Amino acid sequence: MHILRALIRHPSGRIGGAIILLLLIAAICGALGLTPHDPIKAFPPDRLKPPSATYWMGTDLLGRDTASRLMLGIGLSFIVAFASVICATIAGTVIGLFAAWWGRPWDGIFMRTMDVLLAFPAILLALLIISIVGPGPMTSIVAIAIVYTPIFARVVRGPALSLKHREFIDAARTFGSSESYILTRHLLLNLIAPLTVQFTLALAWSLLTEAGLSFLGLGTQPPSPSLGLMLSESRNLMQHAPWLMLFPGLTVMIGVLGFNLTGDALRDILDPRTQERGA
Amino acid sequence: MNHVAQRLLTFPLILWGVSLIVFFSIRLIPGDAITAMLGTEAGLLTPDQRASLARYFGIDQPVHVQYLNWLGGLLHGDLGVSVTFGKPVLDVILQHFPLTLELAILSMIIALVVGVPLGVLAATRNERLSDLVVRILAMLGQSTPNFVLGLLIVFVLSVYFGTVPAMGVFTPITEDLGTNLLQLIFPAITLGFAFAASVMRISRSAMLDVLGDDYVRTAHSKGVSYWGVIWKHALPNALIPVVTISGVEFGYLLGGAVIVEQIFALPGLGRLVLDAVTHRDYALVQGTVLFIAFNFLLVNLIIDLLYVALDPRIRLGNR
Amino acid sequence: MTSLLSVKDLHVGFGRDARANEVVSGVSFELQAGQTLGIVGESGSGKSVTALSVNRLVDFGGGRITAGKITLERAGGDVLDLTSASRHQLRQMRGRDIGMIFQEPMTSLNPVHTIGRQIEEAFRINRGLHGRDSVDAAREVLERVRIPDAQSRLGYYPHQLSGGMRQRVMIAMALASAPRLLIADEPTTALDVTVQAQIMGLLTELRDETGMAMIFITHDIGLVAGIADQIMVMQNGVVVEQNDTSSVLDNPQHDYTKHLLEAVPHFSSGQSARNDGKRATGVEPVVAVDDLVVRFPTGKSWLHKGGAVHAVDGVDFDLLPGETLAIVGESGSGKSTAARAMLGLVGKTRGRIDRSTGAEHRPIQMVFQDPYASLNPRLNVESLLAEPAIAAGHRKDQTLRERMTFLLEKVELSADALTRFPHQFSGGQRQRLCVARALMLNPEILVLDEAVSALDVSVQARVLDLLVELQQEFGLAYLFISHDMAVVERIAHRVAVMYAGQIVEIGDAASVLANPQHSYTKRLISAVPMVGQRKRHYTLDHTQIPSLVRAAGYEPPAARWREVGADHQVRIEEPA
Repeated sequence: MHILRALIRHPSGRIGGAIILLLLIAAICGALGLTPHDPIKAFPPDRLKPPSATYWMGTDLLGRDTASRLMLGIGLSFIVAFASVICATIAGTVIGLFAAWWGRPWDGIFMRTMDVLLAFPAILLALLIISIVGPGPMTSIVAIAIVYTPIFARVVRGPALSLKHREFIDAARTFGSSESYILTRHLLLNLIAPLTVQFTLALAWSLLTEAGLSFLGLGTQPPSPSLGLMLSESRNLMQHAPWLMLFPGLTVMIGVLGFNLTGDALRDILDPRTQERGA
Repeated sequence: MNHVAQRLLTFPLILWGVSLIVFFSIRLIPGDAITAMLGTEAGLLTPDQRASLARYFGIDQPVHVQYLNWLGGLLHGDLGVSVTFGKPVLDVILQHFPLTLELAILSMIIALVVGVPLGVLAATRNERLSDLVVRILAMLGQSTPNFVLGLLIVFVLSVYFGTVPAMGVFTPITEDLGTNLLQLIFPAITLGFAFAASVMRISRSAMLDVLGDDYVRTAHSKGVSYWGVIWKHALPNALIPVVTISGVEFGYLLGGAVIVEQIFALPGLGRLVLDAVTHRDYALVQGTVLFIAFNFLLVNLIIDLLYVALDPRIRLGNR
Repeated sequence: MTSLLSVKDLHVGFGRDARANEVVSGVSFELQAGQTLGIVGESGSGKSVTALSVNRLVDFGGGRITAGKITLERAGGDVLDLTSASRHQLRQMRGRDIGMIFQEPMTSLNPVHTIGRQIEEAFRINRGLHGRDSVDAAREVLERVRIPDAQSRLGYYPHQLSGGMRQRVMIAMALASAPRLLIADEPTTALDVTVQAQIMGLLTELRDETGMAMIFITHDIGLVAGIADQIMVMQNGVVVEQNDTSSVLDNPQHDYTKHLLEAVPHFSSGQSARNDGKRATGVEPVVAVDDLVVRFPTGKSWLHKGGAVHAVDGVDFDLLPGETLAIVGESGSGKSTAARAMLGLVGKTRGRIDRSTGAEHRPIQMVFQDPYASLNPRLNVESLLAEPAIAAGHRKDQTLRERMTFLLEKVELSADALTRFPHQFSGGQRQRLCVARALMLNPEILVLDEAVSALDVSVQARVLDLLVELQQEFGLAYLFISHDMAVVERIAHRVAVMYAGQIVEIGDAASVLANPQHSYTKRLISAVPMVGQRKRHYTLDHTQIPSLVRAAGYEPPAARWREVGADHQVRIEEPA
């Protein structure tokens, strides 16, 4: 609770939080069908209408309302982003934690495996996975999760290693505390701060990656709207209907900005150095 | 020395892991390879023709034999033959690589020239207006997807100039420098923007950290001028994380910027992979992905060596 | 005659509203040329900020002088007002008129430049020397701070030198410009006591040689006794007492000064050793350590066969019920490793650690050095105290809660502490929490690893008194690991001196401290600062601790002992 309060007090946390909240509301409305127009059904008479009072963000080639499609698209993008980052967080935390705790030779084996995954650029790795399983939201989730697992493993392993040598862990050993007690109460509990920060920032990247995959036609498939897909469809109509590019583009950007700002604010709030000064 | 030796030893190990993933993930792609390659024409093949084709591509053998053959070929620089290009894979890659390399270098130059000075400036004016401007700029840079920025640039160019320079045949740097740069400068800006943003952020935070260090205070106590302290004492220390970030980003850029190449219609490595995957050109996918991963690992190795040059604590060990 | 430095009603604050966050309030002093002023205070007293304000380095740390006047008489005789001087004037003053050395020699040198380059820079800026001249000057000044083989050391990076060496390099750098004033901010706090004596000796010698004035900042009133002409005692940003050294030390006026002189442990060569509980014969020891050896293999490589660091090399001692054995030694002596081996935190290479019969229910527990690092910051006191009991299979029930409150009371903390988190406590309180936690399982032996070293001097005394009370009440045996002779004298019944992984002298505390026999013990004890010694002459000695890395298969020669007294043995020194 006090983190939430601190977030509201932090200038960029306030902006970032407001953006995320706004997009979440739009996404929920979109998912519940509370859109101004039908996002899927074509309505040819109103094709390529510029933004107006009826169509706030104009319409596309098939006469579908951009705003309504965006509301649905945000929801899909958010689901993919959250699901993939949650998977990556869990997998990365487990791998990083045990790599640090067990030490040699597991540390080397786990982390070199992560290095192998890191050697592929994110989009390329996703491309490989998609070419095996075929495109779709589930594939995007799996692909993005695999891409970001090594990053979480590294984020966890570093602090876990330094925690492992902290005196309170030594103290716990002198009491004879069990390994599971030490791992959960002493290690994991102290890793929540860096994980929260990384989780928020990873949401920003995975939003980007999801949009990129969809842009390449490898993510969400038509007729479902997704931010990347809408952008990709706008390319040929750029000169005639710039709004088709502008609004989805701005939405992705603002979404990423929201998570980045929140992540930065969390980093400031949870940073032990700034905490020490505040306490 | 130990550090470097360790890196040199793990390099082939990781590369081997990459080769495993590349090779076997391709085999997992559902469907028959020959059908995938030839499309509907495959239906016209007789079983004999099919078998001889399979023998020609070496896919009639068990998977592990195929892998060993491929690995053996790799050691001789033979990555196989691309079906779509009808040429050795290595030739195809080397034909597409210069563009990607040039694009990556241009982006990095933009990122470093813009990012480092602004980051350092922001750190020295911590909490002041110029710091705030730089931080907002960096935040925007990090949050703007390159496909959005790329599309915007293409849009602006096409509205104001009626044309986009890159749309067309790519001119290598050896033929015409002017045209070459004109074709690459906008994609480079697109890629360099986010790159510059992360360089800016890391320079700023590294510089802020270093400025609080004791030896900076020592330098002041000696009477070194303010910019002398920044330049000679703080910057060499602050550059260490900047080198890391730049290296990693550069390594990824060498893998081709799939999306940006797509937007600007540039025939680089990124496009090559994308096309190879869509055309099921096994040998080409394997070869290109391996090449890209190799480059990334190589760049990382070079960063590690640079690190050692920059930081005597690593070079000379602790007593 | 004007003073070299005159500070009048100095106020310094930090942050946006510097006036509201004042750290130094109304400090005034005068310093004559060639004189040494000692500023004494604990952390947060404003002593360092005062010093940093003099050469305006405080500006770079976010501080601001909000009121007051600082004037400095420069070499030419002109007087500079440092509170209103321009940036250019300040830069000229720094280094040229005022040199400075800092507490942490580890971090005060730039890690990416050679020490030669860093010293040459000082000569270039302040003396205008270039090229060959600056290299020669750097070599000469390194020789002046007694760094052997100065020419080749110029090419070393800071991390290749020991702490004491680095501090000498810092001094060399400060001397480069022959400043009229040297500010030394806790220059020896991070160093071992014998190295401290070397640095103090060097500083006094150089001061007398050059005639420079000095401001010496420290938390250790015993240390300034030997070097200062005047002493200024600070507390909470205010000067509580200032006068010439002997007046302050012999006739303190302010309560805080009296407290620093009386309540704080000062070394007195065994005179204030404990005299309760002399060692009885025929009592079964609670633990007997026999031939304890801990070795860490060094990394093997193609070039050399792996050897081993002989951290602990054949240590024997026993501990009787209710007794305190202090193991003293400097960093790298192996004292902490020996303690950790007793709890199984590091694996022993060989040796026996025998507990008394029937000791299964009373374990060995440990209290660590850093009270900030030894309590998990995310757990509240209740969870922290419950941990040993839970580990031992107890449940968090009423009995357990009663034990927690009981022990909290014993360490002078109230029961409402249970719901609070570690960061809400001061360093001394945290260390008492650690003691309470260590007592949860009703141990027979408590290993105290530098348990009071991280605490402010006046807090140290309280924790030590508390430890003695607890020992008597619960019949605890203490193994007290420390580098601080003054603290050891207060708590130990017996003392074991460790040097390079081995015990070189062991016995009754009063006897060992008053009548040291081994050459290392003598050196160690003579290096300890004492309030009684004024204008102390430190003999310069440069003995370095021998390397503990030995070739594979090396075994030290068997120890031969000489009886000095009833309970006092010294290891016979073998000619090297």
